[in-house]
Amino acid sequence: MTVRVGTTWRLLLALGVSLCSAGPASAFMAYVSNEKSNTVSVIDTDKWQVVRTIKVGQRPRGIEITKDQKFVLVAVGDDDTIEIIDRTTSEIVGTLPSGPDPELFVQDVVGKILYVANENDNTVTIIDIDKRERLGDVPVGVEPEGMAMSPDGKILVSTSETTNIAHFIDTTTRTIVSNVLVDARPRYAEFKQDGSELWVSSEIGGTVSVIDPVRREIKTKIKFEIPGLVRELIQPVGVNLTRDGKTGFVALGPANRIAVVDGVTHKVTKYLLVGQRVWHMAFTPDEKFLLSTNGLTNDVSVIDVASLRVIKTIPVGELPWGVTISQR
Amino acid sequence: MVRCPFIASLLFALTSVALAAEPIAVKVGYLRLPENKAAISLLDVPPDNDGIAGALLAIQDNNTTGKFLNQRFLLEDLRLKATDDPAAAAVAFAERGVSIVIADLPANALLKAADAGRERGLIFFNAGALDDQLREDDCRANIIHTAPTRSMLADGLAQYLVWKKWRRWLLVIGSHAGDRLYADMLRRAATRFGAKIVQERVFEDTGGARRTDSGAVQVQRQIPAFTQSAPAYDVLVAADESEVFAGYLPYRTWEARPVAGSAGLVPKGWDAAHDQWGANQLQNRFVAMFQRRMTALDGHAWAAARMIGEAVSRKQTADPKAMLDFLAGPDFALAAFKGQRLTLRDWNLQLRQPILLADGRVIVSVSPQEGFLHRASQLDTLGYDRAETRCRLK
Repeated sequence: MTVRVGTTWRLLLALGVSLCSAGPASAFMAYVSNEKSNTVSVIDTDKWQVVRTIKVGQRPRGIEITKDQKFVLVAVGDDDTIEIIDRTTSEIVGTLPSGPDPELFVQDVVGKILYVANENDNTVTIIDIDKRERLGDVPVGVEPEGMAMSPDGKILVSTSETTNIAHFIDTTTRTIVSNVLVDARPRYAEFKQDGSELWVSSEIGGTVSVIDPVRREIKTKIKFEIPGLVRELIQPVGVNLTRDGKTGFVALGPANRIAVVDGVTHKVTKYLLVGQRVWHMAFTPDEKFLLSTNGLTNDVSVIDVASLRVIKTIPVGELPWGVTISQR
Repeated sequence: MVRCPFIASLLFALTSVALAAEPIAVKVGYLRLPENKAAISLLDVPPDNDGIAGALLAIQDNNTTGKFLNQRFLLEDLRLKATDDPAAAAVAFAERGVSIVIADLPANALLKAADAGRERGLIFFNAGALDDQLREDDCRANIIHTAPTRSMLADGLAQYLVWKKWRRWLLVIGSHAGDRLYADMLRRAATRFGAKIVQERVFEDTGGARRTDSGAVQVQRQIPAFTQSAPAYDVLVAADESEVFAGYLPYRTWEARPVAGSAGLVPKGWDAAHDQWGANQLQNRFVAMFQRRMTALDGHAWAAARMIGEAVSRKQTADPKAMLDFLAGPDFALAAFKGQRLTLRDWNLQLRQPILLADGRVIVSVSPQEGFLHRASQLDTLGYDRAETRCRLK
């Protein structure tokens, strides 16, 4: 009897502990696409541990959570589709009809429409998320990659890697209204939340262009210099801006560092050493933490945003590429 | 009459999205002197459009970009016969409004064409000739080189072999001029990176066909005997640009040793198997357009035509001099699917580039190797560096 009571107590205790750790509002789930493993690692941001690994299609890269928080969308480029993962069951429940080799995508403001960069056929594909139907295509430059939606939802920006242009696409007419030439191999685009600036990273050019979205001209270019590193190794890819627009984070690929950039002066204030070939990043919704995928070291770095320190490294699958974090 | 409004609206649509108001048209010449090259492997027989196919793909990409920038690129192919005068061809190009020429020519022919084109303001991209001489004593201010040099190839290979600790080389050299030049660069690479050539042997080209119905039987006896009684070595390095023997070496050496150089592990500027750093996308576009795989020569010609596109889009001009100044300057960077920016060596107009080490199926490694450091650019650990060059651009 005593033994059984003890067991029950232990069970209850264990249950209590697990309830407590799952309880606080700070528990978010981060989803990391592992390009080589063909999996998505799910990280609990309370435990800072991988709690689940979901098998997906071939070569998962771009990854986002739907605005209603129900699904994770992951572009599986070698299967020429985007898979829909149900967050409650972690099962793949369907696919979206992207064009060939989808890589990055962005949702409209309300989460009804998905815009997908299809690297192989020089188009942006427009998809109705609920109906899982293709609504049309916008022809863009060679190898579209970076995708960003203006906060008011009126302008979609798509960057073409070989054409070196940030295309401004009117989301109502679905036509290109402006083209801004940026440095070589533009990889990623991100608007400030107030819509005052668009940041576009150029991997080979080694710069981030800060574009005035109204005039559609480059205001300034952010350059990076790291003592002891040759210029070729500095390859800006992922860009994340805090909601107040005061701080930008730029992942520098094989430089193995994230640059912290003052959002107002556009000067680099610090370089954070993370894992090798740092690629994309995501904030926790409270913006307390920033997670980065480190492709060559197969891990994710956790950065404390207030202190600008790397506080944790979490092993994930092989060649982690993209990361997205749930709002709850 | 009916078509006019349509054309007008189309023109309006194009110009309204264009960055440059002034339309620019660029005529690029492609000058080649196809050799009847024998190959040991059927897989290596050069296709008829070898090289120019790469240029055509880049021209198509340039035109996709050009659609947004109001720029148009045209490629004109000119095929020389051995008896034709390359100088006359350059002049003929200039007279037809061509200002930039991508050349796949032997060194002598290239120099003749470039010198004749010079007074007419022509600039050349050398996509075919590997000769270090063209970047050194015979360098020209109007020739940009996208093909790597023999010294760059040899250094790229040597860095890997040394990293692998295969430091003892048996060097086998063919009897053609190119083979000897390649061997010179392999010797230089061995000295630079700390490898040792334990012995050199010459494989005489006695003529004859590469493919005979029972040739394999003889080869199987011949190659083991040829490689017998060598001092202890780690790797056989072959210099055989004319494909006389190197392809027969793997699996047939007397000792069980790997082969590198002109067969086995081959250093190249581009390879059909290269898929890293987004190269897959370029390879896919190439296969879709030409229904074959992309060769090293296609890769060098592609880089040349893309550089032209870069210069025109950045400088908004078709003036060859302005383009050349931009390409040799600090603001130029070519995204060429090789993991880092490619730039020009301003002292001899050679394109800096990583060297792929290919085994015919996959890319085994990419040089420069980790640990081979350089103050300015790690890519300058490959080939003749600024301090060593004899080139004085004029």
